[in-house]
Amino acid sequence: MFLALTLLLPIPVSNRKKNKRILSEKSYGKLTARERILLLLDPDSFDEYDMFVEHRCSDFGMDSNKNKYPGDSVVTGRGRINGRLAYVFSQVWFCLLSLVTDFTVFGGSLSGAHAQKICKVMDQAAMVGAPVIGLNDSGGARIQEGVESLAGYADIFLRNVLCSGVVPQISLIMGPCAGGAVYSPALTDFTFMVKDTSYLFITGPDVVKSVTNEDVTQEQLGGAKTHTAVSGVAHRAFENDIDALLNLREFFNYLPLSNRDPAPVCECHDPSDRLVPELDTVVPVESTKAYDMLDIIHSIADEREFFEIMPSYARNIVVGFARMNGRTVGIVGNQPKVASGCLDINSSVKGARFVRFCDAFNIPLITFVDVPGFLPGTAQEYGGIIRHGAKLLFAFAEATVPKITIITRKAYGGAYDVMSSKHLRGDANYAWPTAEVAVMGAKGAVQIIFRGKEANAEAEYVDKFANPFPAAMRGFVDDIIQPSTTRMRICHDLDVLASKTQSSPWKKHANIPL
Amino acid sequence: MVLVKVEEEKMHVSGGRKACVLFISRFLLFFSLQTFEKLLIANRGEIACRVIKTCKKMGIKTVAIHSDVDANAVHVKMADEAVCVGPAPTGKSYLNMDAIMEVIKKTRAQAVHPGYGFLSENKEFARRLASEGVTFIGPDTHAIQAMGDKIESKLLAKNAKVNTIPGFDGVFELLSNCSPLLGYPVMIKASAGGGGKGMRIAWDDEETREGFRFSSQEAASSFGDDRLLIEKFIDNPRHIEIQVLADKHGNALWLNERECSIQRRNQKVVEEAPSTFLDPETRRAMGEQAVALAKAVKYSSAGTVEFLVDSSKNFYFLEMNTRLQVEHPVTECITGLDLVQEMIRVAKGYPLRHKQADIPINGWAVECRVYAEDPYKSFGLPSIGKLSQYQEPLHVPSVRVDSGIQQGSDISIYYDPMISKLITYGSNRAEALKRMEEALDNYVIRGVAHNISLLREVIVHPRFVQGDISTKFLPEVYPDGFKGHKLTDLERRELLATAASLYVAEQLRSQRFLGTPRIPIAKSKRSSWELSVRLGDGNYPIAVSKDGSSFSVEVDGMKLNVTSEWNLASPLLSVTVDGTQRTIQRLSRNASGDTRIQFLGTVYKLQILTKVAAELSKYMPEKAAEDTSSILRSPMPGAVVAVSVKPGDTVSEGQEICVIEAMKMQNSMIAAKTGKVKAVHCKAGDTVGEGDLLVELE
Repeated sequence: MFLALTLLLPIPVSNRKKNKRILSEKSYGKLTARERILLLLDPDSFDEYDMFVEHRCSDFGMDSNKNKYPGDSVVTGRGRINGRLAYVFSQVWFCLLSLVTDFTVFGGSLSGAHAQKICKVMDQAAMVGAPVIGLNDSGGARIQEGVESLAGYADIFLRNVLCSGVVPQISLIMGPCAGGAVYSPALTDFTFMVKDTSYLFITGPDVVKSVTNEDVTQEQLGGAKTHTAVSGVAHRAFENDIDALLNLREFFNYLPLSNRDPAPVCECHDPSDRLVPELDTVVPVESTKAYDMLDIIHSIADEREFFEIMPSYARNIVVGFARMNGRTVGIVGNQPKVASGCLDINSSVKGARFVRFCDAFNIPLITFVDVPGFLPGTAQEYGGIIRHGAKLLFAFAEATVPKITIITRKAYGGAYDVMSSKHLRGDANYAWPTAEVAVMGAKGAVQIIFRGKEANAEAEYVDKFANPFPAAMRGFVDDIIQPSTTRMRICHDLDVLASKTQSSPWKKHANIPL
Repeated sequence: MVLVKVEEEKMHVSGGRKACVLFISRFLLFFSLQTFEKLLIANRGEIACRVIKTCKKMGIKTVAIHSDVDANAVHVKMADEAVCVGPAPTGKSYLNMDAIMEVIKKTRAQAVHPGYGFLSENKEFARRLASEGVTFIGPDTHAIQAMGDKIESKLLAKNAKVNTIPGFDGVFELLSNCSPLLGYPVMIKASAGGGGKGMRIAWDDEETREGFRFSSQEAASSFGDDRLLIEKFIDNPRHIEIQVLADKHGNALWLNERECSIQRRNQKVVEEAPSTFLDPETRRAMGEQAVALAKAVKYSSAGTVEFLVDSSKNFYFLEMNTRLQVEHPVTECITGLDLVQEMIRVAKGYPLRHKQADIPINGWAVECRVYAEDPYKSFGLPSIGKLSQYQEPLHVPSVRVDSGIQQGSDISIYYDPMISKLITYGSNRAEALKRMEEALDNYVIRGVAHNISLLREVIVHPRFVQGDISTKFLPEVYPDGFKGHKLTDLERRELLATAASLYVAEQLRSQRFLGTPRIPIAKSKRSSWELSVRLGDGNYPIAVSKDGSSFSVEVDGMKLNVTSEWNLASPLLSVTVDGTQRTIQRLSRNASGDTRIQFLGTVYKLQILTKVAAELSKYMPEKAAEDTSSILRSPMPGAVVAVSVKPGDTVSEGQEICVIEAMKMQNSMIAAKTGKVKAVHCKAGDTVGEGDLLVELE
């Protein structure tokens, strides 16, 4: 009871200094669960739930008062981020009580009570229609509780799935998360990590060593670098706890609160009819030369701001959020600078997941196309490029949000169809004068058609197809636009398309080729 | 457009003669139509654009030449016709005489303006043009040749009774007793030299002998000509030059002087006209000698006679440049003449239309050369990249900007990294300098490093303002190198208050959503903020409170009032702090509170956090920066098409190191930092896999 009362008091940050254990943890550079909430939410906006809940385990001496802590190992509640509602849970890797020295609440492990608390905020969030943000820092199941703990995980997983597509769910991994603790983040829409202090893995290095005899460090196995660049499990990594929480606040402003809300529109100082003269020269004269798609994205977005998702993974496709005249949009672009901007397994999956998020939450999609095709080769075919490439095709075809496409240069072959083409219910499809919409590059096409016998055939093919006119004549692109007017055109279209309604035939759900 | 504005401005200055000048200029404009039908500009960048502007005014059709990388350049778009003359390296394009002659034939251009640099002082080019019957807009071959040779030009000058630096003319043989005649220090120069090559200063006999040996070797290897000359070294001189204009009828004028003493590595940075140092007598004496020299070589067209002037106003002939100078706009501003127009007229054979008495000094003009370079590294090392944002300060009154680039242009390694010439003028020097300050603050250049900070520091430096300058100005004023503006306590408070106000304005805006949300937004009633701002090594607690549209900011126990429109999208922000209005630029910001602000020309890095976040950030781990910049790995499997470097080469950040072809696309691999190449692990034709090590830097 005494402990509970101390928890009710506001906790001065300065108390941290008095605590030996925190000082010794300083090398980890981690904040406590409440400090994290303090930084994430608007000042004085946090309403906490279930502060008096305790775990119910009685085995292994867990029922002694010494092992019971009010609130158990998670802090839950609701608050505001820039005035907008969000539900939050923050796992307690360490409990800050100035009167008690040196204790952790079971390393943030998940007890039945812990799970129950999380489920409560998720249920409320789904009911009200507001996002759920998890600040994950949990060692996994609380072994003392056995199946109770596993049941708790399943309860959370079920809610993650039920909330999916209803309210945005964001996980910020702020410490080691192992075992069952990793699946909840995997089910959410976005997983962010903190560099050097957070890990995600099914089993830690010790178990790996005993099972497969591999020597691997925590960082190599499941650090931020691994998951943002190699596995694609995490969407972005930040420098430290503070950096991550401040970025999360900014990221939150891009998201609608639920699938019932339109994409948010912020106050915007950047004129919607701003011309972007540099776009007239951004595509190099030689069609084999690369350029940076991010240059185009930055120059058309409001105030050059672009929140890139998965910037270090499958870099041949760029995805992320920006604003156009204040309204959140999702941007997908092939990146000619990396592997010529081709589509491969990883980039298709990366793009598909992002497109589906935008579609689920009413965020218009803007697609910049410069794609030479799907990457050929045994590695890709054996890996199932057909199945994975189909995911991106599926996602674009299925999406009913406003879809605007700009072909900046190459739109070759099947990849042309995939990249939000007119045929997949694109609302506004534009081509720059540098666009080439064709089945393949001229050289390859001529080799097939003429078996290399026709000398002038290549020039003829270039003349016929290496330009946007054949597509424009058939209405497959709506207009050939001056690149410098791209921002203006997109903003105008978005204004009109804000009232777009489109439906697909009734179904229980579609069957995306997973 | 800009030129017309200049003329109008000048007319305004000259007041009473306005009507008369207007009449004459209209008459002459008609008259000058009878020059050439089509003119080719054998140059690129700002000077090509500058020439095209005058041609348009005169009704002359223009032909631009360009290299393949310049296909989208501004001068190409401005010209009526444009022809590619070769690949990027200048030797294969802008210096490619055969290709240029071909273009002249094809386009039937009647005349060629060479601009400056490239072929402007190439007698072979002038000769080839003459043999084809094409007019070279510049002096004839004889004058180019005579003035291009340091020994010959000095002899000519001497004969024309022009003051020359005491020394030994003609071919110099090593004489151990030469120096006592001149007195130390002496300068040993290569006769055919230029750009500081083969040049040495000696302070005694021993150094003279050594200098002679090295200089002759260097001269032989650089110019294929080991002739040397030795002359008295003028310590701490000013560099003042006289603009001359001569026609083919034996008339010549001097158009006053330009002071170009602010230099780094023998390259001019700030120029002005007139000079604070010259009195009317000295000016006339220099002008008359310059004209005498021009007449002696039967000079026609515009030219510049450079002098070194010592502290007692003795002046010595240095050399004559037989072309249009980079810094010609300052002369145009104070005289009202369009030098390019005059050059074209003279080339056509018209006599000069002015008398010496017609040449005024109207007001004062200052020119700053804005370079894409990092001034913190030996006053400027080139920087390359794409101009992601670019906006010239043309809204500031009495500003002329001569540039050949625009937003989106690439500053490449192939050409001079000059972004533009920024010229301001006023009725006196103080006014011109004040406008320059404003113009520099209002100049938006993003995407490449630039030297605005250095330029701004120079023009407000007390020594410069007093006119106490010499060619040693920069090394004397900044002996440890340029470090940017040093904030006074007051300025630091202003910067902190501005940054904190910007942060709060941004925070407030991020709570403003349009439309009526389903779940009401909790309106913040907050009107005060406690922040902590890190600037340099200092952490400053700052309290901000909102007061209508302005902010009241407490820094170091002092209250400042900050007002602005807070347009957070505009690259330029006008902010008033306690009544002092300044234009600042917020270059970047991010969610972590990192902000870069250009304030008084210099870019300051700040981190702005709430007090709570700042206190907690003490517990965050210090991270050692990981250095991946010195190795280059292949980002994808592909074939190496070309390797542009070899071990020992010095590369600058952003420079192409090699090209890898994958998916039939060429991908340029660039250096992540400036440094020396340690090892190259690939060669053209190699097949590389993803992650393979390509090149290591030191």
